[in-house]
This record gives sequence, C-alpha cells and structure tokens, in this order.
Amino acid sequence: MATRAFKVIGVSAWVALSSMTGALAQTQAAPASGAAAPSQAFVASPPGATACLGCHGPEATALPSLARLSSADIEAALADYRDGKREPTLMNRIAKGFSPEESKAIADWLAAQAGSKP
Amino acid sequence: MTFKPTRRSVLTGAAALAATPGLAIAQAPSSAQVVVIGGGFAGATCARYLHRAGVKVTLVEPSAQYISCPFSNAVLAGLRDLKDQTFTYDALAREGVAIARVEAAAIDRDARRVTLSDGATLAYDRLVLAPGIDLRFDALPGYDLAASEIFPHAWKAGAQTTLLRRQLEAMADGGTVVISAPANLFRCPPGPYERASLIAHYLKTTKPKSKLLILDAKDAFSKQSLFTAAWKELYGDMVEWVGLSAGGKVTEIAPGEKTFVTEFGKHRADVGNVIPPQRAGRIAVSSGIADQTGWCPIDPVTFEARQQPGVHVIGDAAIAGGMPKSAFAANAQAKACAQAVTLMLRGQAAPSPKLINTCYSLVAPDYGISVAGVYQPAKGLLTDVAGAGGVSMAKAPASVRAAEAGYAEAWFKTITHDVFG
Ligand SMILES: Cc1cc2nc3c(=O)[nH]c(=O)nc-3n(C[C@H](O)[C@H](O)[C@H](O)COP(=O)(O)OP(=O)(O)OC[C@H]3O[C@@H](n4cnc5c(N)ncnc54)[C@H](O)[C@@H]3O)c2cc1C
Repeated sequence: MATRAFKVIGVSAWVALSSMTGALAQTQAAPASGAAAPSQAFVASPPGATACLGCHGPEATALPSLARLSSADIEAALADYRDGKREPTLMNRIAKGFSPEESKAIADWLAAQAGSKP
Repeated sequence: MTFKPTRRSVLTGAAALAATPGLAIAQAPSSAQVVVIGGGFAGATCARYLHRAGVKVTLVEPSAQYISCPFSNAVLAGLRDLKDQTFTYDALAREGVAIARVEAAAIDRDARRVTLSDGATLAYDRLVLAPGIDLRFDALPGYDLAASEIFPHAWKAGAQTTLLRRQLEAMADGGTVVISAPANLFRCPPGPYERASLIAHYLKTTKPKSKLLILDAKDAFSKQSLFTAAWKELYGDMVEWVGLSAGGKVTEIAPGEKTFVTEFGKHRADVGNVIPPQRAGRIAVSSGIADQTGWCPIDPVTFEARQQPGVHVIGDAAIAGGMPKSAFAANAQAKACAQAVTLMLRGQAAPSPKLINTCYSLVAPDYGISVAGVYQPAKGLLTDVAGAGGVSMAKAPASVRAAEAGYAEAWFKTITHDVFG
C-alpha cells in the first residue's frame, strides 16, 4: 500500500516537488501509513497563480518551466513584461492584468511550489 | 438505493483505495462529499485538485477515454493521429480519485443527491457540474443526428473527427468544402477558423484546385483580422468567408442534396461540416440549472449557479462572462472552483479569483496566432481586466508565428498533463 501510494505521487514531478516543500509545510501532520500528502498548496494560492500551470508545467517545453526559477526571477520577468521592457510574446498581454503586488504573490507561490528560495 | 464503494462494477479499484482509512488525509475538511459530473478539461481537473486538497470527491464520467477537441483540427488535416488526442482517467484513479463510470441521469437539488444511469444515487454536500456542451439537433432545419453522418459536425472529437477526415481524403481535387459556423455563444470561438485554415493547408498541399467556403451566422469572429490576413497570405483565393450581412447564415441543411441553404442561395458541398448551435450539456438543462439561453449563469467568485446554492458550474456549460468556452478556461476555472469549494467546506469564504485564458490557433503547421485575456469578478460577472489581453501582433515576422505554433503544442502537452497525466 505504501509503495503504491508513493508511486502515485511519483507520477508527477510537480506534485512530488510541491508535496516536499510548500504543501508539506502547510500540512499539519504527515498522513498515516507513510503515504505522501496530496498537494494542498493550491488551496492557499494567490489569485491567478494556478492558471499559470496550464502552460508552465514541471518540465520545460517550448514554454519555460518555472520550477528552477526563484521568486525574484519570476517577479522581475512579470514586471518587465508588464512594463513592455521584454520582447512581447504572449506574457506581456497576461502580465498587464496583474498589479506589482499580485505579481509578487504569484511569483512567491510558484517558486515555493518548485522548492526554490524566494 | 445508496451508492457504496463496494459496487465494483461502477467504482474503480482506486475508489476502494480512497475509502481505506489508512489513507486519511491531514486537514481533510470533515467528511463532506463532493460529486463532480463530467470528466473533461473542467471536471477532471476539478476532481483531481479537490482530491489533492483532501476533499472526498467522486467523479462521474461514463466514458473510459477522453478524446480532446484541442488539436483535433490538426487530425482533420492529417497532421496528427486521433490516438494522440486520447487520454484516460488512469492517473486520477491511481491518485485515489473515486470514479463512477456511468452517466449522471438526474439531480435532486433539495435532497442533494445525484441519480446515476444505473439507478444508484450519490449524496453530495456540494456538486460540481461540468458536462460540457450538447449539440442542438433541433435548431437548424434538416440538421439532425442522421444528417451528421453525411455532414459531420466533428465538434465533439472522436468518430465524427475520423469521419470528416475520411471525407476530406476521399474528395477529388477541385472539390468544394463548406463549413457552417454558428452564432455566439459556442465552444471554442476561434475553432471554426482554425479548422478552415488547417483544412485549407491540407487542400493546398494535396488538392490545390479545391475551394473552401465558410458560411457564418455572424459578422465578426475571434482573431478575425489575423485569420483573414493569413488566409490571403498562405492560401490566396482558396478560402472564402461569407458573414451574416453578406448572406452567410445557414437556414437549412439538405443532406440528401448535399446542400447548405442560406437566406440568399444554395451551396453544394462535396464535403460539408456543420457546426450547429449548442447549449450546456443535457443534464444542466434537464435539471433546471441552465437558464433560457441554454447555459448556466454563475457567481464569479464561487462558481455557484445562480439561485442554486451548493451547485457549482465550470467549463463550457457555464456563462463565464468574458471568458470564452475553451479548454484553457475550463482548466483555470476548475482550479479556482476547487479552491472555493475546499474553503467553503471548511467554513471559510472563497477568495475573489483572477483567471487567465489563452487560445492558440494554428493557421498552418508552423504558423500560430493567439488570443489571451485576464478576468476578475466585476458587477457579478467574470470580466476582462482592462489593459490586459488581446491578440498576436499584426504583421509579425514568420519567426514569431512559428514560435507561437511551438507554444501551442507545448501548451497542449502541459495542460493535458495537468488534467490527465
Ligand atoms: C475543434 C475544436 C478545437 C478546440 N481547440 C481548443 C484549443 O486549441 N484550446 C482550447 O483551450 N480549447 C479548445 N477547444 C475547446 C475545448 O474543447 C472545450 O472548451 C473544453 O473541452 C471544455 O471542457 P469541459 O470540461 O467544459 O467539457 P468537455 O471537455 O466536453 O467535457 C465534458 C465531459 O462531461 C461528460 N458528461 C456530459 N454529461 C454527463 C453526464 N450526464 N454524466 C456524466 N458525465 C457527463 C462528457 O462525457 C465529457 O467527458 C476546442 C474545441 C473544438 C471543438
């Protein structure tokens, strides 16, 4: 049972990462029988953050994964897109929909999911 | 009759696993039950995230496989196999999401109970309704289920996609393909025009004397100027679009004569594709959750159906204000809804969400364009955030179009992994 539950979590690197960091920090007690906790981190995510995962997954594709970026990197990129300082792709159109405070909250949350330091 | 996890004919093994006490999850919000109806981009995402939050959830979905509409236009053009569009619920089941492999037949909102097509019932504290769309076979004279075997809709991916592909393959060079596009609201606003583009790509490369005619029940459509410019650039005179005021509205289908009838004339098609008017999936209509428009009005913070506390609606079935009926939107709504439902079950208020949508369209295999938007609740609706969103630049270099085509494929890979992977 425990092995099986472990494998379950292993199917998604993203889940595995988040359950090791942000989610586990939020979970009061480790679940019984050694099974890893499902990622609850999204329940406390700031507005807009989970939508990012539609394009930015655990692995880099033609779209970057955010897994190895720090909160500061993500925040800076969002600011540059918002202010038109980065070559417009699609992110400029999305970043303009978020205030600096909202962008920082999203950057912090995304970085925490991947386990990097803010 | 009550639904029990011992009904192995219906519940997968993982459901039994989920019922094992040893796997109780920290912070589980009491023993409240959530039922999710429909395992598409909206429902499968929502069930998966609710389960991760420690909520007891049962996903009701009759089909063992999910065939994705996004990228099915590439299947029509011979650029992709339908196999690559096909996903299963195995990963959800392995994670422990309980899945009832039947259709939801009725919803008793007073008793908070769903009756399944096999007669079993599921009690719920909160219900998430995500049944997608129903194609209306009563809205366009002559276009019924039988007619869709002659002029496929291919607006739900699967056998219909394969049928339309075969017809295109069988058509002789010099033939005419006719697509009829519906008035708003419908699934995937840029979809008919992406489809026209990729069929034109197929015709240009294999049957260059052919023609493609789009008969439209409206005068404007998503990413119109980008599509129109690209058609001219890539396909010359092959693609012709006739809007509402030029007589493009199809008023009748005569499948026997392989003809589309408009207000101003008749068009014979060698291959015809009718994208009929739509409404929310049948269960939303029969349970009285959809309004007279055929779609479900929702609260933009909780996704609860108007005047239906405890029933949340997400995905194509919902009236999501400015958000289009897209897989991206369905997935984003599902996660925000899972967050709201989890917090409400804990007796907390749902936070005011922000949502994002991005829809890519392929005009050719290496030519992508996009529309994006950011949304937040305003005046009771999910409303566009001013200053954000919009479409790809006009007159961009080929490298930008090629990059967006690459992003489209990357998006599909990532989102299907988020939902089914
Ligand atoms: C040709 C085409 C191209 C598209 N391209 C894109 C694209 O590039 N990008 C994009 O974002 N979107 C695209 N879309 C739109 C996208 O397919 C839809 O917006 C998306 O599928 C909506 O998800 P949903 O979960 O609401 O509905 P669906 O995906 O239709 O899922 C509904 C599910 O509910 C189940 N169901 C229905 N009734 C019941 C019941 N009574 N009981 C139990 N289960 C039930 C069904 O079996 C189905 O599995 C495209 C659509 C088309 C047609």
